[in-house]
Amino acid sequence: MTKFMLLQNYGATLACDLPMAEWDPADIKAHIEFQLALNDELASNGELVDAQGLAGPELARFVTSDGGRAPVVTDGPFPESKELLAGYRMIDVESEARAIEIAAKASAAPGPGGVPIQQPIEVRQVMGAPGPGE
Amino acid sequence: MNTGAGTEDLLRELAPQVLGVVIRRFGDFASAEDAVQEALLAAARHWPAEGVPDNPRGWLIQAAVRRMTDQLRSEQARRRREDAAAMAEPPAADVSDRDDTLILLFMCCHPALTPASAIALTLRAAGGLTTAEIANAFLVPEATMAQRISRAKQRIKTSGAAFGMPTGSEWAQRLRSVMHVLYLIFNEGYASSVGADLHRTELSGEAIRLASILHAALPDDGEVTGLLALMLLTDARWPARTGGRGELIPLAQQDRTRWDRALIAEGVTLITGALARGVVGEYQVQALIAAIHDDAADVGDTDWPQILALYGLLERMTGNPMVALNRAVATAMVHGPDAGLKLLQPLDGPLAGHYRLDAVRAHLFEMAGDVPTAIAHYRAAAARTTSIPEQQYLTIQAARLRAGAAS
Repeated sequence: MTKFMLLQNYGATLACDLPMAEWDPADIKAHIEFQLALNDELASNGELVDAQGLAGPELARFVTSDGGRAPVVTDGPFPESKELLAGYRMIDVESEARAIEIAAKASAAPGPGGVPIQQPIEVRQVMGAPGPGE
Repeated sequence: MNTGAGTEDLLRELAPQVLGVVIRRFGDFASAEDAVQEALLAAARHWPAEGVPDNPRGWLIQAAVRRMTDQLRSEQARRRREDAAAMAEPPAADVSDRDDTLILLFMCCHPALTPASAIALTLRAAGGLTTAEIANAFLVPEATMAQRISRAKQRIKTSGAAFGMPTGSEWAQRLRSVMHVLYLIFNEGYASSVGADLHRTELSGEAIRLASILHAALPDDGEVTGLLALMLLTDARWPARTGGRGELIPLAQQDRTRWDRALIAEGVTLITGALARGVVGEYQVQALIAAIHDDAADVGDTDWPQILALYGLLERMTGNPMVALNRAVATAMVHGPDAGLKLLQPLDGPLAGHYRLDAVRAHLFEMAGDVPTAIAHYRAAAARTTSIPEQQYLTIQAARLRAGAAS
């Protein structure tokens, strides 16, 4: 089994650049239901490790420190806030092909009018311990 | 033979009693707590299959003492002295099990501990939960929670606290800490501030159980009674508080036929009894407000003038800006949204950036018929909350108003 992180950010999706607060309420509910059902499906398959949403960009902070002086803490609004991480799923699956299959499913989450939003999903393998032959 | 759930209840009830006995015998809180935890885990493994022993309390004490003794034997340098202690009979039982539970609650809420540490230690030492259960409730790895508990015990040890009740003014102060910790545990279960699970029944139920024990030990304390009543009156609404998929349903829209009438009756009896005795504190006032909500057939039937008066009283008692926020909502219900909005202005400082200020503004602007401003505040609140059900609720409110305005 191999672990992958499926990451999504706040950027516009290929098929929908309307903020969710401007969707029809029924479409929002359908989208939420889709995400919950996907998590349920992955959990019942024994493939879900963790799924979390992150609090919004307004609550994001960037911290740098030289280890001596007081750290520099930057808060928003950030010009690149669309690149911030919005949430992630960590999955443990048989193959990269399966990870891509799950990412494709997540990408096709329903948007306004039930049309898939084509959300870009970043698929990243989680590094592990070296294999026995390495 | 008991079921697993029956065993669990029994273990939680016995845990603080057994711990009290073992601490008295060995005098070392930290090791005794570990030994009792191991005894509880052994019981949870064996009892469901083999049946509960005739004397479960004795079984647990024996198992914990054996572990303590084994551990002490392995410490060669201290062997002679500690073995003598281990073999000694426990002192005559001039204290009841109830007292031991109370002492444990007071110890676990020691001022040297952060709230997070006090919560974890209270759940384990006084509540008898396993480290795995506590870790699961707070969504952290078991090793992390084990370390948090171990450090908490170390801090108590360093502080030099003996196994006993604090005295004088320290007693009253510590009782306040105990109530606060139980209240935090309840809230963590009822309205989790982080993550997707709106209700972690495990934690709320445990907080109510511990508050009942505290109330049984201190039946004449009005604030303890108020705290227990507040928990019952709030928990009574749980069945109506979320929809089938965990989505949040606000008080005004809840199906009140789903509220738990038995819990409400119990809470009302408790708070009525406490108020009859005099000195009123903040838990009693909060319980009274909850009782008034629970008494109303619907949001329009609610006795808002009385709720407004009680929030005024509570604000004078606590000076808490969150209470002022609730008073503004009650003001809007009595005197209209503009009066409520006016009360929100001075909260821009103390509650700057808090999503609840935006959420209340959104609600009051909606009441006032100013849809665009209400939408803007719902969206601002959604952007700042750290709870997923809350975020979804607020986003849908903005979308609902927008759809209504467009059509």
